[in-house]
Amino acid sequence: MNVRGVSVIGIGETQFGELWDKSFRELGIEAGLRAMQEAKIAAESVDAIYVGNMSAGKFIDQEHVACLVADYSGLVDQHLPTVRVEGGGACSAIAIHQAAMAIASGVHDIVVVGGAEKMTDVGDVEANAILSSTTDQEWESVFGATFAGLYAMMARRHMFEHGTTREQLAAVAVKNHKNGSLNPNAQFQKEITTEMVLQAPRVAEPLGLFDCAPLSDGAAALVLCASDKARKFTDTPISLIGTGHATDFLAVHDRRDLTTMDATVIAGKRAFHAAGKTPNDVKVAEVHDNFTISEIMSIEDLRFVPKGKGGYATEDGETALNARISVNTSGGLKARGYPVGATGVAQAVEIVRQLRGEAGKRQVAGAEVGLTHTLGGTGGTAVVHLFARGD
Amino acid sequence: MAIPRFWREIPSRYNLVASKCGNCATVDFPPREVCPRCGRKSMGNMERVKLSGRGQVVTYSIIHDAPKEFEMMKPYALAIVQMDEGVRMTSQIVDCENAEVKIGMRVETAFRRLGAEGEAGIIHYGYKFRPEG
Amino acid sequence: MKAGIVTYGAYVPRYRITPKEIGAVWGVDGEAMGKSLNIRAKSVPGPDEDVITMSVEAARTALKKAPGISPKDVGAIYVGSESHPYAVKPSATIVAEAIEAAPVMTAADFEFACKAGTAAIQTTMGLTLSDMYKYGMAVGSDTSQGAPGDALEYSASAGAAAFVIGKDHLIASIDHTISYTTDTPDFWRREGQAYPSHGGRFTGEPAYFKHVLSCASLLFKRAGTRPEDYDYAVFHQPNGKFPVRAGKTLGFKDEQMDTGLLVREIGNTYSAAIMVGLCAILDIAKPGNRIFAVGYGSGAGSDGFDITVTEGVDAIDRRSGRTMRQMVEDTKFLNYATYAKFRGKIRMREG
Repeated sequence: MNVRGVSVIGIGETQFGELWDKSFRELGIEAGLRAMQEAKIAAESVDAIYVGNMSAGKFIDQEHVACLVADYSGLVDQHLPTVRVEGGGACSAIAIHQAAMAIASGVHDIVVVGGAEKMTDVGDVEANAILSSTTDQEWESVFGATFAGLYAMMARRHMFEHGTTREQLAAVAVKNHKNGSLNPNAQFQKEITTEMVLQAPRVAEPLGLFDCAPLSDGAAALVLCASDKARKFTDTPISLIGTGHATDFLAVHDRRDLTTMDATVIAGKRAFHAAGKTPNDVKVAEVHDNFTISEIMSIEDLRFVPKGKGGYATEDGETALNARISVNTSGGLKARGYPVGATGVAQAVEIVRQLRGEAGKRQVAGAEVGLTHTLGGTGGTAVVHLFARGD
Repeated sequence: MAIPRFWREIPSRYNLVASKCGNCATVDFPPREVCPRCGRKSMGNMERVKLSGRGQVVTYSIIHDAPKEFEMMKPYALAIVQMDEGVRMTSQIVDCENAEVKIGMRVETAFRRLGAEGEAGIIHYGYKFRPEG
Repeated sequence: MKAGIVTYGAYVPRYRITPKEIGAVWGVDGEAMGKSLNIRAKSVPGPDEDVITMSVEAARTALKKAPGISPKDVGAIYVGSESHPYAVKPSATIVAEAIEAAPVMTAADFEFACKAGTAAIQTTMGLTLSDMYKYGMAVGSDTSQGAPGDALEYSASAGAAAFVIGKDHLIASIDHTISYTTDTPDFWRREGQAYPSHGGRFTGEPAYFKHVLSCASLLFKRAGTRPEDYDYAVFHQPNGKFPVRAGKTLGFKDEQMDTGLLVREIGNTYSAAIMVGLCAILDIAKPGNRIFAVGYGSGAGSDGFDITVTEGVDAIDRRSGRTMRQMVEDTKFLNYATYAKFRGKIRMREG
């Protein structure tokens, strides 16, 4: 079997935020149709649809969502194979990988990969409980562990072992809001200060409200195409040059090291190995920052900075726009928004934009290789994708 | 109501029933059928043991934003405790001020109410931690 | 062959509230109320505690003192309470699982106001004396409520005690037991009602005193004893006045009653009341000490026990776990608002 290259020929995304007027199906199709329009492909050219969605079954009582998305996208006459991918917050990053494998193996030529989540049709308390469903239900959440609480415990240990401070955690949020202010699709487009982060209401100490990504609605989509056919559709194909996908213990208390997500470490190594690249080659990265501590741990686990130095590096501006490595130019989950299922694909959309040179005010100069990093649950799953210019 | 789901875990939730690998002697909680370290070599070779209930806090967080079931307890201390047998567990710390919770403090398990399925539903009991002694 | 106590354990939650704090809310001189009841504070269960959690803690504490007693030999467990978490589903089965006595054993819950625990003691005495089971466990446990603003709100508190009863390895033999029971409606709670009702002053002479004093007389007669023969005396303690008055009437002195009179510091633990008093005595008693114990439950009845501490009391580890005194002194005082929240007196939103 021939393994072909996979490239991105179209991208699309919706506004992210509290989108009261938009239902799940409206969001789901909007991003996909935009991506198809951008790629200028007709319905007949699409071979399959992969949809990443964390929990439509709980948020809107709807399962079987990939079928729904294909239906409402007007593609019923194509009778497409559709796949809904679940994996906590990593679901649409996994969906990209699944779609890419289908293309690489020759089964499909063109696949639309989308991610969508509608989180605001339920109240805050319920939404947070649904987010918690990716934790260990029998041995974490039933005992009072909230999603934020589990990340907060990793933060506390990180502070204990490596001297990370609350100010360094805040630096992640401040940076990402600054980037978000340059992103017209971001949920939050206003800068914030360190003081605001430190004074924000406490959620799970040491994390406060501004250490946590918001509850959001939104969707994003990519059109993936076999690399040897990509030039038919676009002059600026961006290729998926490597993917790493790894899992670890589900429960935080079972992990080898509470300040490291082994899933990220392994996924990163696999991706770099597959792509023949190193962390030094990456100038722009979308890193999972559902909580400020997640970005700090992840830039260490991806080997952009040494273990324990994530907070210091952020505080020193090493991950700011056009610094040594630009992390979360989109605003990250924190400012751009975190409709969970949309995340992996939304991160890819931003990286593709950056590599195409289309990122406007938040353009990273000379970006050749970009990275996305997406987590599922509290780090039980991690997916890393590497993209590069060209086919 | 998820009655069988909770009932099934009673031995571990009430009495800390864990497993010990016959191959590498590592203790897992809750009990496992396959040792994560030994794989196939451990199958059929996992022994049931009981934890002593004593351990020390390795990390914690004071939870302010709590789900409905824990409304009455907030703000409460959530902790990961490394038991003396080596395995780690997650639960709340009770019977001390939240400000007194520290990494390294010794704790023991207490039998407490975890929650209930509403006013008319089954009550769930299990372990929480309190300062040792 | 006598039956008696093999081991004992108790549990008192650490939260407290004072009569002064309660009185302030209801426009009553709480301090004066406390003085008239001879109660300085009462215990309050935390929001994650109930009759079942306290019963388990007391039962586990009892077994920990006597590691030679296997839970599998506890053939019967009875939990007496008037605040069982379930109206239907026994507290006793959960205790049985939590101490690993299950499944080859029998269990049931008892109710007889404040004497449900002592009723369980008598039942397990019968079961072990008749050789039906090697050991039985009698638990008295309550998180009773007094209606907001009612006199009982100053005294109704929370606690549990568990006694393992048997014929061998005794730390104290129950040489005689006798009861006095009538239909006397002094205090009651109808099914579905959150709070109990009572007959005010009717709860005194025709209820508490008639039954306690009558039972005590019967016990003296059966045992052939007088007050001076005892080192300790403990009575049911709905407040700090009734038991002292009853004791004095019978001829007991303050020194005999002081150790067991915990109500002054933790309030009336209802089904556990006389039993935690007994635990305080057993914590310090010496072989040969004699104890006169008469409980009382509204509705109404008294169970009396003539107890002699044996050499066996030094064979168990009375210092494993906290003593009664340590539990009584481990306190965190609450304001009325927090107490009301913990006790579910604040109407929450449904669903």
